[in-house]
Amino acid sequence: MSDLAAGGTPAVPTVPRRAPITMIGPVAWARANLFNNWWSSAITLAMIYLLVKVAVSFVSWAFINAIWVVPVSPAGVANTEACRAIAGVGACWAVITEKHRFILFGTYPYEQHWRPAIVCLLFIGLYVVSAMRRFWRWELALVWIAVLTLIGVLMWGGILGLSYVPQERWGGLPITLILATFGLAFAFPLAILVALGRRSKLPAIKALCVLYVELIRGVPLISLLFMASVMFPLFLPEGLNIDKLLRAQVAIILFAGAYLAEVVRAGLQALPRGQYEAADALGLSYWHKTGLIILPQALRLVIPPLVNTFIGFFKDTSLVLIIGIFDLLTAGKTAIIEPAWQGFGVEVYITLGVIYFVFCFAMSKYSSGLEAEFNRHRRR
Amino acid sequence: MSAAETVASSVRKGVPAITLAGVNKWFGALHVLRDVNLEVAMGERVVVCGPSGSGKSTLIRCINRLEEHQEGQIIVDGKELSNDIRSLDAIRREVGMVFQSFNLFPHLTILENCTLAPIWVRKMPKKEAEALAMEYLERVRIPEQAGKYPGQLSGGQQQRVAIARALCMKPKIMLFDEPTSALDPEMIKEVLDTMVMLAETGMTMICVTHEMGFARTVADRVVFMDRGEIVEQGVPEELFANPRTDRLKTFLSQILRGH
Repeated sequence: MSDLAAGGTPAVPTVPRRAPITMIGPVAWARANLFNNWWSSAITLAMIYLLVKVAVSFVSWAFINAIWVVPVSPAGVANTEACRAIAGVGACWAVITEKHRFILFGTYPYEQHWRPAIVCLLFIGLYVVSAMRRFWRWELALVWIAVLTLIGVLMWGGILGLSYVPQERWGGLPITLILATFGLAFAFPLAILVALGRRSKLPAIKALCVLYVELIRGVPLISLLFMASVMFPLFLPEGLNIDKLLRAQVAIILFAGAYLAEVVRAGLQALPRGQYEAADALGLSYWHKTGLIILPQALRLVIPPLVNTFIGFFKDTSLVLIIGIFDLLTAGKTAIIEPAWQGFGVEVYITLGVIYFVFCFAMSKYSSGLEAEFNRHRRR
Repeated sequence: MSAAETVASSVRKGVPAITLAGVNKWFGALHVLRDVNLEVAMGERVVVCGPSGSGKSTLIRCINRLEEHQEGQIIVDGKELSNDIRSLDAIRREVGMVFQSFNLFPHLTILENCTLAPIWVRKMPKKEAEALAMEYLERVRIPEQAGKYPGQLSGGQQQRVAIARALCMKPKIMLFDEPTSALDPEMIKEVLDTMVMLAETGMTMICVTHEMGFARTVADRVVFMDRGEIVEQGVPEELFANPRTDRLKTFLSQILRGH
C-alpha cells in the first residue's frame, strides 16, 4: 500500500495550514528583498532618497513653478520673457497652450482644424470598436471601409461644401495615425501571406517570399523611405505623379510586412506537425486547414512579438520626417522653430512622448488582455 | 495456404477496401517500405505489429498520404492515390485516422473538434453536425466533456475524443497509429474498449499496436512487419501459436517478456 510509510505505520493525513505570518505579506517581503543585510539596507535607503529627490524636483519643475500661459501681442507674437526667466526652475507649458493646435494638426488650415480633430476621434473610435471581441464579425470590415472613406473625405474635402485641402498641408497626429493604421492594416495580411508562402512547397512562391523578406529586411527604413520619395518618381513616366504620402505609406507597409512575416513564420514553425497531419487526415483543404487550425493557433503564440513589432512601427512612422512629411513629431519640432519659442524643446518633447506613450501603452495593455483570453484553453 | 483461406472466410465480403501493390518508400537513403503487398477487404480488421522502426506507422500513413510512397500502387476505396489533390481529399474524407499523440485541436472545444470537419468538409449544417458529434461522444462515453478544451481532459479521454472526431466524418476505413502507446497504463483499457466496440460495428480497421490481447479479440488478421517488409501474416491465434520465421519468434518472445 502506498499510504504506508516505510516503517509500516499508516501515514497520518496532513491538514493544510496557512504559511507562517513572518514568511508572507508585505513586511516579510520587504525584509527579505530590501533589508536582508546592512549592505542591501544601505542601497535601499540610498535609492529611496534618490527617487524622492528626483520626484520632488520634477513636480516642482513641472507643476509648482510652471508657467501655463504667456501674454500674446495682437500681432500674434508671444512674449516669452517670463518663461526665459524661470528656465531650468519651472516648465513653460505655455508653449503647449499656444502651439498645441499646430503640433496636433500641422499646417492644416487653422479654421478647418475641426476636420482633422474629428479624424483623430474617428481613428480612436475605430480602434476601440475593433478591439472589442463582440464586434468581430464580417460587418466590421464594412465599418472600416466606411470610416476610412469618411476620414478621406474629411481630410481632403472638396465635396459636401468642405473646402479642398491638398495633402501637402496635412500634418500632425492625423498623419501619424494614417501611416500607422493603414500601414499595419495592410502589412499584417501581407505578412501572413508571405509567411505562408515561405513555407510553401512551390519553389517559385517560396523563393519570391524569401527574396522579399531578405531584401526589405536588409535595408534601413530611412533608405526605403528615401527611395520611395526621391528615386521612385524618377522611374515614373513624365506627368505621372503619385502622392508623396502614398509612396511613404507603401514603403512602410512593405517594411512592416517583412518584419511581421518573420514573426508570423515563427508561430507557424512552433506548431507541432501533428496539428497539420490531423487537419490533413480529416480531409480539410489547404485554406480551411490554414484558416481554422493553423493560423488561429500560430497567431496566438506570437501575440507578444506581434504587438512588439506593432508598437515599434507606430513609432517608426516618425521617420517620415526625413522626406518632409509633417507627422506628429515633425510638427512638434517645427512648432519651436519660431524665435519666441526657441529653447522650449523639453516641454514639447515631453508632450509628444506622452501622446506616443498613450497609444503604445494602450496597445500593450490590450494585447496582454487578449493573450490571457486567447490562451484560456491552455489552462487546466 | 490455409491461413489465407481462413482470413478470407472470416471477412464478410471480398471487396477490397485497400490495396497496396509493390509499394516502396525511402527516407533519403533509408529503404523504409520494401515491396509491400497488402489487401484489406471491406469490414476486415487488420492489426499491424512489428519492432519499432519496422515501417508499420509509415505503412498506414501512406494509406492517407501523410507520407508519399515512391513506387507501387495504393488503391483506397477504389481510388488510386496520386498527386491529384481532389482525389486525395476525396480519399481522406473516407479514411479516418487516430494518432499516437491524439492531435486534438487545443484551441477548439471537444464539440468543435468533432464538428469542424463535418461542417467544413462535408458542408453539414451546424445543428446537424453538433447532433452527430454528441451521438459519437455518447458512444465513446464522454458527452459531458463536450464544452471543455482538450487540455482539460485526461489522455484516455482525449484519445476517445480523437476517435469520435474521426468517426464524425463517417469514414469507411479507420486507421489507428499506435493509439495507446502514449497513454498511462490505467487509461489503455478505456481506449481499447472503445476500439473493440467500434470493431463490432463492422468498421474496416487497420491498427498499428503492440496490444496483443486486442489483436486476439478483434483482429481478423495480424500482419507482422520487420525492416520495412511484411514478414508473416495470418489469423492471430495461429500466427502467435506457430510463428514460422525466426524474426517473428524473436519479436513475440520480446513483447511477451515485456508484459
